Amino acid sequence: MLEIITFSTLNGVLYGMLLFMMASGLTLIFSMMGVLNFAHASFYMIGAYFGFEISRRIGFWPGFVVAPLLVGGVGALIERFGLRRVHGYGHVAELLFTFGLAFVIEELVNMFWGRLPVDYRVPPSLDFVAFKLFDTTYPAYRMFMLATAVAMFVFLILILKRTRVGLIIQAALTHPNMVAMLGHDVPTVFMLVFGVGAALAGLAGVIAGPALVTQPSMAGLLGPILFVVIVVGGLGSLTGAFLASLLIGLVQTFAVAINGSLFDLIGPTATTIFGELGSVTVAQIAPILPYLLLVVVLIVRPTGLFGNRET
Amino acid sequence: MGALLEVSGLNAYYGKSHILQGVDFQVEQGEIVSLLGRNGVGRSTTIKAIMGDVPPQGSIRFKGREIAGMKPHQIARLGLGYVPENRDIFPSLTVRQNLLLGQKSARQTGRWAMSDMFAVFPRLEERADTPAGVLSGGEQQMLTMCRTLMGDPDLVMIDEPTEGLAPMMVELVAKLLGEIAERGISILLVEQKLTIALKISRRLYVMGHGHIVFEGTPAEFVADERVRQEWLEV
Repeated sequence: MLEIITFSTLNGVLYGMLLFMMASGLTLIFSMMGVLNFAHASFYMIGAYFGFEISRRIGFWPGFVVAPLLVGGVGALIERFGLRRVHGYGHVAELLFTFGLAFVIEELVNMFWGRLPVDYRVPPSLDFVAFKLFDTTYPAYRMFMLATAVAMFVFLILILKRTRVGLIIQAALTHPNMVAMLGHDVPTVFMLVFGVGAALAGLAGVIAGPALVTQPSMAGLLGPILFVVIVVGGLGSLTGAFLASLLIGLVQTFAVAINGSLFDLIGPTATTIFGELGSVTVAQIAPILPYLLLVVVLIVRPTGLFGNRET
Repeated sequence: MGALLEVSGLNAYYGKSHILQGVDFQVEQGEIVSLLGRNGVGRSTTIKAIMGDVPPQGSIRFKGREIAGMKPHQIARLGLGYVPENRDIFPSLTVRQNLLLGQKSARQTGRWAMSDMFAVFPRLEERADTPAGVLSGGEQQMLTMCRTLMGDPDLVMIDEPTEGLAPMMVELVAKLLGEIAERGISILLVEQKLTIALKISRRLYVMGHGHIVFEGTPAEFVADERVRQEWLEV
């Protein structure tokens, strides 16, 4: 039991931090530009593929550094030459643009790397057991992922709270027009935030690729969860995104680990009250729990946990 | 050399409604000019169009340069300051951070330092490290004005600085306007009430239905009862 709790907590926090690496960019971009970027999870996917391509040519570590930068560059270019032009036509056009972009990226990935998963592996230097608790081992690579995510988080907070650019970003989150009229180059700040957001998602892909599966459907699998995270946390709130990421990471990992049902909990009455639902295990309903959470939050607190605007 | 700011044939639209229908006026170097008119005649839109926040049509020349069509931050960097009517402070940032954001770059030095602001409004210094969102309406008005001044503009456009303020705060606003003028900075003051405008302006413009309907000195304005009745009094 203690074993399950320890490992589920570790995995939950890890999954949560990965989610946060993507949700942070998504929520910042939404808050500043009012654009819900449907292609955000695609940056995560191309991060994984770029990481794979670079790692099989020159090694994992160059990929770890270069792939996120490349993804960030792609993101910045998309903002500068795509989104910015579409911006004048309103939010619907922007949404459609990012929506279409997600499909384009997925098809491109299909064209270049095929529909099957690619062989993106944990590098040998990190392929060992970090520690052993009772009879279960925990891979070092997962600890590395966790460390990377935490380092990224600290870096992001430092930039936002301690630098002048961070100050401009914070102000532009709520009042972009006013910030521009004080003489700050807000369009460039937008491009920068979009690029950094994409790079962060790309980094998440680079490190998650070897641990999970690098395949063309990985963006589509993750995208919806990402939206749950930022809506539950409150659109535009970094703190909210952080807590919601951890919450959903933990809920999902724990749910998968619990092999009990209502039947186990309250006995045969469960079947009489809930019928067949009574014997469904928590693990079986784990995939729908985030969406259930989304619905509950939207009913109880439509602004999300930390948001201050209507979603 | 021409005027510091020369606006001619300015048109602007909000969606399909034609808000500005050919506005002409100018502000000379070191001059305080007021733009008066009832609500909804396009005074705020005029300033926003000059700042590039609302797309302008027509000609806007600042320091002899055509600025219509430039981006807001480029216009601001030329030396045009804007103090919005809705006191657009950054509520989650502290008073000090708000003032810092007024500067266009970290190393900017100009006619105004933060200590000047604190000297005029000691209240801002007392609250320097509190989030600006918790300040009173009057304090927020001070903060927006000071924030814009930190950017060292040559012309400040101030939209209804005394609206909804207590008489004591109105005094303070007037005092700051005096300080601004003393340093040779031009002011374009948008007002609905006449209290401050008549006292400090060198010239007045009255707007009605999207264009200028009167231009003159405060004395000429006071003498012209017809203009006041038709375009200002409710």
